[in-house]
Amino acid sequence: MEEFAALIDALVYTRSRNEKLRLIAEYLRATPDPDRGWALAALSDGLDFPAVKSSTIRNLLKDRVDPVLWSLSRDFVGDTAETASLLWPAPDHPPSPPSVGETVELLEAMNRKSVFVELPKLLDRLDPSGRYALLKLATGGMRIGVSSRLAKTAFAQAFDVSVEEVEEYWHGLAPPFAELFAWAADGQAPPDMANLPTFRPFMLAHPLEETVVDLSDYVAEWKWDGIRVQLVRAGDETKLFSRSGDDISATFPELLDVLPFPAVLDGELLVRGSHQGGEANDVTQGGAASFNALQQRLGRKTVSKKMLAEAPAFVRLYDALLIDGEDLRALPWTERRQRLEALMSRLPDTHFDLSRVVEARDFDHLAQIREGSRDDAIEGLMLKRKDSPYIAGRRVGYWYKWKRDPLLVDCVLMYAQRGSGKRSSFYSDYTFGCWDGDPDKGAELLPVGKAYSGFTDEELKKLDRHVRQNTVNRFGPVRETDKSLVFEVAFDSVHESKRHKSGLAMRFPRIHRIRWDKPVHEADRVEALRALVRD
Amino acid sequence: MPAPFSWIRPEPWGIHVVPADAWVDPSRPVERALVTHGHADHARGGHGQTVATPETLAIMELRYRTGTQDEAGDIPHKAVPVEYGETIKLPGDVQATYFPAGHVLGSAQILLEHAGERIVCTGDYKRRADPTCPPFQIVPCDIFITEATFGLPLFTHPPIAEEMAKLLDRLAAHPDRCVLVGAYALGKAQRVIAELRAAGHHDPIYLHGAMEKMCRLYEEHGVDLGELRLVSDHTKDDMRGSVVISPPGALNDRWSRRLPDPITAMASGWMRVRQRARQRNVELPLVISDHADWGELTRTIEEVDPVETWITHGREDALLRWCQLHQRRARALAMVGYEDEDD
Repeated sequence: MEEFAALIDALVYTRSRNEKLRLIAEYLRATPDPDRGWALAALSDGLDFPAVKSSTIRNLLKDRVDPVLWSLSRDFVGDTAETASLLWPAPDHPPSPPSVGETVELLEAMNRKSVFVELPKLLDRLDPSGRYALLKLATGGMRIGVSSRLAKTAFAQAFDVSVEEVEEYWHGLAPPFAELFAWAADGQAPPDMANLPTFRPFMLAHPLEETVVDLSDYVAEWKWDGIRVQLVRAGDETKLFSRSGDDISATFPELLDVLPFPAVLDGELLVRGSHQGGEANDVTQGGAASFNALQQRLGRKTVSKKMLAEAPAFVRLYDALLIDGEDLRALPWTERRQRLEALMSRLPDTHFDLSRVVEARDFDHLAQIREGSRDDAIEGLMLKRKDSPYIAGRRVGYWYKWKRDPLLVDCVLMYAQRGSGKRSSFYSDYTFGCWDGDPDKGAELLPVGKAYSGFTDEELKKLDRHVRQNTVNRFGPVRETDKSLVFEVAFDSVHESKRHKSGLAMRFPRIHRIRWDKPVHEADRVEALRALVRD
Repeated sequence: MPAPFSWIRPEPWGIHVVPADAWVDPSRPVERALVTHGHADHARGGHGQTVATPETLAIMELRYRTGTQDEAGDIPHKAVPVEYGETIKLPGDVQATYFPAGHVLGSAQILLEHAGERIVCTGDYKRRADPTCPPFQIVPCDIFITEATFGLPLFTHPPIAEEMAKLLDRLAAHPDRCVLVGAYALGKAQRVIAELRAAGHHDPIYLHGAMEKMCRLYEEHGVDLGELRLVSDHTKDDMRGSVVISPPGALNDRWSRRLPDPITAMASGWMRVRQRARQRNVELPLVISDHADWGELTRTIEEVDPVETWITHGREDALLRWCQLHQRRARALAMVGYEDEDD
């Protein structure tokens, strides 16, 4: 555990990507199985120990530290694991750190009850750095500036193999990745993936921004506002994966027995229904409901018959990675598209359709079509280079996303909360409101949303100062401000919601501009926002 | 007879000693200021009269041109020096005695006495040994007015020798680079240098131009800092394998490009928290503070054992809570203008 803790600390304080890669690679080479495999899992996707939650740590500490002092400390540090590692009373015996493997074994053996006895014993065996590493490991997500991709790249670098190959095997294996190390480090045969329904990393797009592309090289498709999914059949099993590679098969059982042959397909998961914004017209290709309708079905572990009948899911296909065991990823987009079109007759149209190609004379014409699209199931356009192979991740020049312009509204800052992680000392999460009538006749502000992005680091410093200097009330980590600052807030759409006092909820709100100049009585009214609701 | 302690009034911009019409560490210009130490948030210019230790007066003159010396170097009536242990009489039958606070060169706690009542203003202080200034002294009193910069139980400053060993180990592991230590120009920089010397490091130490005058002032007051050189007088190659000291603000500045592949370190109590170090792009955090940590703050309140504790600035909520938990009368003063500086 000491080496792992030292690695975590070194990574926290290292800025350079190359230096991070070097540190991780060096650790993976020097450390035996299974420790290095557990460490790799912790650094990439994170480990999950159901018995240890953030609340477990909080409860453990509240038995040992005054609850008020705990809350004030947690609020200052902005990270539960780190606060606990610092506040844990030092035991009177010297540390006797367990190995990473032993730690994982002990954590796995804990249940929701025994954790309150067993976790303290482990904490008592470690110094503050060790405690930090343990708590980060135990609660998943390290949040130390190492992405899953970086960890895999470091693995590839450590043993001189290609990261693409690592990605290919990764999702078919489980921690501590013994087969992966046996192949990369010890020269044994690569893991056999042929009969496993495993996730292949998605090809992603860059925002188009100021780029203009030539439509003789690029093809346009609608960017559907559902969730990007990968449907995989191998052996006799079908699985559905989300964009991050999470297995969401159980949430959409209707899609698990409709793919009649081995394949890996890329598409947008949508639910049926035109009544919630999906206009069934020729321009867009209708039949899909808005994201708001789909949202009712997300995150469920079991699905009722009523749900299945009211909001049945289907996949609007974008691409094919594998068909009947043949890998198509190296082929140009046009050829993959032909294969996909030919495939449609073999798929039931109740659960699949093909994302239509948007025809345009030229780029300007395409821009007009984008402006004119009113379908709420559309987020914008995708532009794909006709000769692009299917490559994991985001490569410049192949695929672009061109989102519809956001909606804008002027709101007033009401509350601010301290951020966590990198922003732990800053008031960086803002709740803002609109007027419920004429502000000159005594109208009040009603909260309409919350945002914590869209500003630069420089602006964050100014906002933090504004909050500190204009506080009228404090509620734990939240400060109420004197409501003197206007934000121009951008958002993708707005919906009715019973959860908020204003009766409205914005989708993906972010701070578009800070209007230091604008008087608050000129901010928008709730009514103006309500007029933008379209479902 | 007036109510107990009615002669002292905390205001947002300073502590008002009413009968003497004097203010302790006022953040706006006043007729008579009693200044605990030379940091900018406690010592400001523009006062009619400044009462402080000779070291603090010298620091104020150097840093803020407070006009305590005129062109010819004569000290006009505006500056009133008070030695440690010395008592001066103020108008309104108030006496002020200055005692060491152990914070930086010249730093003092001020004992105020009136009508048989005793009040101590600590300014900023620490209890650890510091080769650059005399140690904090326990002064019995009725009201103890303390700081709380590091007033959270998570703040435990490690022994400074450990932090010096971390610095010297890193230096030895990278003989082609330098370790650039961000340290506050008054106090922290000189303490780090003196502690490096105490740890057996006698190589020349390189300084950012902004540190030079203050280091010279410390030397004039008898603090030995060994051989100091200015970065601007030397080449990259000269500085390989050396310690370089700059103000925290210069750490990520263009200025540091002239250094040989610097390892960025920072000497501050905030470095105890990882994210604070990350926010400043620090690779080598050194937990070194000139303020009392949680253990020192609470121990000091116990040892002084006042009737009442007042808390000026910092994490006052938590220290107030501790006082409540230990059945000690306490209140937080809503003081403005005291910053955490870069400690």
